[in-house]
Amino acid sequence: MSATSHVPDTVAPAAGSPTARPRRALRAGRAGRRHSPGRPRRSVLLTGLTAVVTLYSLLPLGWLLINATKTQPRLLDSFGLWFSGHFALWDNVRETFTYDDHIFVRWLLNTLLCVLLGAGGATFLAVLGGYGLAKFDFAGRRAVFAVVIGAVAVPGAALAVPTFLMFSKIGLTDTPWAVIIPSLISPFGLYLMWVFAAEAIPEELLEAARMDGAGEIRTFFRISLPLLAPGIVTVLLFTTVATWNNYFLPLIMIRNPHWYPLTLGLNSWNQQAATVGGQPVFHLVITGSLLTIVPLIAAFLLLQRYWQSGLAAGSVKE
Amino acid sequence: MAVISPPGIGKRSAPGLSPPGRAASRRHWAGWGFVSPFLIVFALVFLAPIGYSVYLSLYRSQLIGGTRFVGLDNYQQAFGDHEFWSGLGRVGLFLLVQVPVMLGVALLVALALDSGRLYGRSFFRISIFLPYAVPAVVASLMWGFMYGKRFGLVASINEHLHTSLPDPLAPGWVLASIGNIVTWEFVGYNMLIFYAALRVIPGSLYEAAEIDGAGQWRIIAAIKLPAIRGALVIATVFSIIGSFQLFNEPSILKSLAPNAITTYFTPNYYTYSLSFAGQQHNYAATVAIVMGLVTMVVAYAVQLRGMRKEV
Repeated sequence: MSATSHVPDTVAPAAGSPTARPRRALRAGRAGRRHSPGRPRRSVLLTGLTAVVTLYSLLPLGWLLINATKTQPRLLDSFGLWFSGHFALWDNVRETFTYDDHIFVRWLLNTLLCVLLGAGGATFLAVLGGYGLAKFDFAGRRAVFAVVIGAVAVPGAALAVPTFLMFSKIGLTDTPWAVIIPSLISPFGLYLMWVFAAEAIPEELLEAARMDGAGEIRTFFRISLPLLAPGIVTVLLFTTVATWNNYFLPLIMIRNPHWYPLTLGLNSWNQQAATVGGQPVFHLVITGSLLTIVPLIAAFLLLQRYWQSGLAAGSVKE
Repeated sequence: MAVISPPGIGKRSAPGLSPPGRAASRRHWAGWGFVSPFLIVFALVFLAPIGYSVYLSLYRSQLIGGTRFVGLDNYQQAFGDHEFWSGLGRVGLFLLVQVPVMLGVALLVALALDSGRLYGRSFFRISIFLPYAVPAVVASLMWGFMYGKRFGLVASINEHLHTSLPDPLAPGWVLASIGNIVTWEFVGYNMLIFYAALRVIPGSLYEAAEIDGAGQWRIIAAIKLPAIRGALVIATVFSIIGSFQLFNEPSILKSLAPNAITTYFTPNYYTYSLSFAGQQHNYAATVAIVMGLVTMVVAYAVQLRGMRKEV
């Protein structure tokens, strides 16, 4: 919704409830607690109402899938919610990849580069920082927390203009770096790792490692990192979504279509169709959109177990 | 933000566990060592631009005379700027309608999922969440096509059923249509936040309530809602921030509804137009700062109010 980062892309409320809760409750929660009181009867009415919201959520995705199978003429003259004409999905996919000298492949690689360095880097910094904040009792810790959380409320646009001017002075605009560098900071990621590290790494384990004379870096990599895995997957997934879906930042920073990420590229195809004399390629916009969302949806579905437990941990704390 | 309190802060490590003297100081520096990579990049991409923005807002560049210091003139101009206020009014209206609808639906679904009375709970949970993974660009293009005249659903429903649904991209409707897109994108995300908070309420509370003969609605009002107050407040605050920053959806829909969406449709859009179409970087920085301050004040007020009710 918003600029650089909307809430979510952004930041996120995963943060959760500040209510102090006994540690016992947390453990009980993790152990996979109950269904509310007793074992309630299932309700057809409630299921029906939830199904309405589910239908609303899935309908546009169904529309996208159906219309990606149509040729451009059928797209324009058939009913949107049903298949029509010859099944053209594979032709559309082929054309999406080859149109305009394989520019879509180039956009895909640009997006992958930003995700690899941007989301990967953001996760790395968040894991180090969150661990440092959770497990070391150093002066200034409280100030670090206040500044970072306060920064979440700063609107993306307030940053975008000056960042653009700064980057253009040092010649970073129109390069992927202009998108990657601002993506490296995820206040939400830092927060989540902080909460997660505080819960997941027992103090005694660190003390034992120190007694054995292991250095802090070695302790971090050998002992702490494996315990942080579910939190890392969660942060990586959410920073990946934020980077993969980023639109505002590349819109400002990048002029050269060869450096466009997928989001900008798709929008440029759509605008091309709207311009007078431009070749309408609506079928490619639709198929390209489908190809853009498939990897993320697959990642969320496959990694459900990890990120759901990671998020749950984020909402529980003392 | 006071809502979120960092874990373990203020809780000193147990005496006797941390060795005094050299080891403690070594660990002190190790802590900074782990945090500093984040902080260095943070200073570069957050603090520096904010500082630079403030600096820009105090200057004005003109064709004749170059850039000169103008004090608070830009701010004065912003307060009398009709286009800025119209954008702010629009996101204000958006916020008052869209945020309660979205969070209300998210909360109801989260409560339904948590009640244990649904068939196929995990299917519903993941399906409603999925739109979160869809980029704003794709969401706006999809909904834009569905709204549109060329191969839109609204047009074909009107044609087949002889109804006269209004054009969702007409000036009077476009804000509601954008609200629908944003709701679609984030309802599942907020639902998941509420659901995660509901899942950790200790079961013993429900047992006690049942013994006292409390019904489901009573349990929701007396136990569940107070227990997830923090999650509710945070989701509200972040949704407010998101509404004030509205940009992507109108910017993408503009090619489908060029007349309904102006270059100052939202304050963020206005900043963007000023800066990248009008080259008025100084004034754009000013508008962005004013908007940032408005956002922070509103977010903070909501948070204070939300937390105060907590007994």
